[in-house]
Amino acid sequence: MNDKKVIWKRKPLIKNRLLRIGLILIISTYLLSVFLTTEIDWQRILEGIPRGKNFIFAFFPPDFITRSDEILAGIFESLWMTIVATIVGILISIPVSLGAAKNIAPKFVYFLSRGVITLSRSFQEVILAIFFVKLMGFGPFAGMVTLSLSTIGFFAKLLSEDIEDINKSQAEAIKSTGSSWFQWVNYGVQPQVMPRFIGLSLYRLDINFRESAVIGIVGGGGIGSTLNTAFDRYEFETAAAVLIVIISIVMIVEYTSSHLRKLIK
Amino acid sequence: MPIIKQKDYKTWKKFDRKRDLQNWLCWFLGTLIFSFCFGLISSKTIWFYVFDSHNEALDLLGRMFPPETNYFFTLIKPIWDTLNIATIGTTIGTLIAIPLAFLSANNTTPSKKFLRPLALFCIVSSRSINSVIWALLLVAVVGPGVLAGIIAIGLRSIGFCGKLLYEAIEEIDENQIEAIEATGANKAQIMTFGIVPQILPAFTSISIYRWDINIREATVVGLVGAGGIGIELDAQIGDLAWAKVSVILLAIVVAVVFSEWITAKIRKAII
Repeated sequence: MNDKKVIWKRKPLIKNRLLRIGLILIISTYLLSVFLTTEIDWQRILEGIPRGKNFIFAFFPPDFITRSDEILAGIFESLWMTIVATIVGILISIPVSLGAAKNIAPKFVYFLSRGVITLSRSFQEVILAIFFVKLMGFGPFAGMVTLSLSTIGFFAKLLSEDIEDINKSQAEAIKSTGSSWFQWVNYGVQPQVMPRFIGLSLYRLDINFRESAVIGIVGGGGIGSTLNTAFDRYEFETAAAVLIVIISIVMIVEYTSSHLRKLIK
Repeated sequence: MPIIKQKDYKTWKKFDRKRDLQNWLCWFLGTLIFSFCFGLISSKTIWFYVFDSHNEALDLLGRMFPPETNYFFTLIKPIWDTLNIATIGTTIGTLIAIPLAFLSANNTTPSKKFLRPLALFCIVSSRSINSVIWALLLVAVVGPGVLAGIIAIGLRSIGFCGKLLYEAIEEIDENQIEAIEATGANKAQIMTFGIVPQILPAFTSISIYRWDINIREATVVGLVGAGGIGIELDAQIGDLAWAKVSVILLAIVVAVVFSEWITAKIRKAII
């Protein structure tokens, strides 16, 4: 047809034609099977829309005043929990991250530390919190333990990746002076990972505060407990106030922590 | 890095005296803050329960073993639901995040005064509310079930993907856009031929990363009734059926490790 006219066509994203068609087939079968196996009760959703509207309108106007004491107490409790949990978590993560760095640890320690990290990363904070509340009773202590343990998975994983990337010659220079193992880590490794270390701690502080709002729902203390109590009492105006407070504090914390991280870089 | 002379020999120290004092002051203040916060927490703790917790833990472990392996077969459907919540939720989240990211990136936004702050506000508020809280609200609106979970995960993903994506858009190479512009392309063509190919790698890695996170999040939205394996977990803990709970926990670990493995594979294949 167009023997003389040259037409440019965009290259397809995946070069192999078979793979391209195969992927489309796989995705569409997947979507179809999801659609077939998921029960969606449209009746309930239609019923739910006016109910949802009432529910959302019940949040207005947010009531900061009636329970202001409880809201304030909840926020401060969350803040203490966050600070203590971040510090404890980081202190535990340091040996774990040294153990999980391939270039430092022997094979046995490496696999052990990786196991600890995977275990801590697999469970969401809320699931851990359920168990610690059961073991240690309600209150901020259980929440603190939860947050510290989940800090390990995050912190040790990222820090150990950074330790694996260090400049070997610097570490070797320290070793050649005849340093002990601790001196070697302290003078050869630690200065190289310090910027990342500080950045990660600030980032984790930010995450821990956010999570502290949720673990309160299962009894871990903090602002989440205030939120849960407000829901249980059907005081949706107070709940709205708590949500607004959480969002604004998260915004402030996130803004400061990202600003600080930029400063350090 | 000062060298300190003593009577008959010199020693090297990492910091001079002033820096040393500063460091000690920081450590001192840090310890002070830590102990203050810890004191406040401990005043609200019933220590008897904490000191007794190892007995409780042993008791719990004793009840969890041996796991009731037959129970796994009833878990297949909830696991499938959890995977679907994560996958469909991520898809919906990223699809909504794309236009938001274009609206909030400095170099592509149509109006800096009005639309950009609005889009940024959507991104930030989606990020600051945890998916469990989203699920809590949505269960009340659309009823308990998988749909509430999908929407909750989707809403939460918008902020995450939107933020990372608009940062990627702001870092694109302007020269390529100029080259496309020079051919006389219109706005839509600049978008598809100039910007999209540049952010496509970032987009895929962001959505895969978010999918990996969402698998974890999808395990907990069920605790408030939004479908998936969390519903089973909540029910079995409520029944104190610990031998079944351990099976669920194992299933969660397997699902998470599996998702991490797949993510690593896909990332390697793409990059």
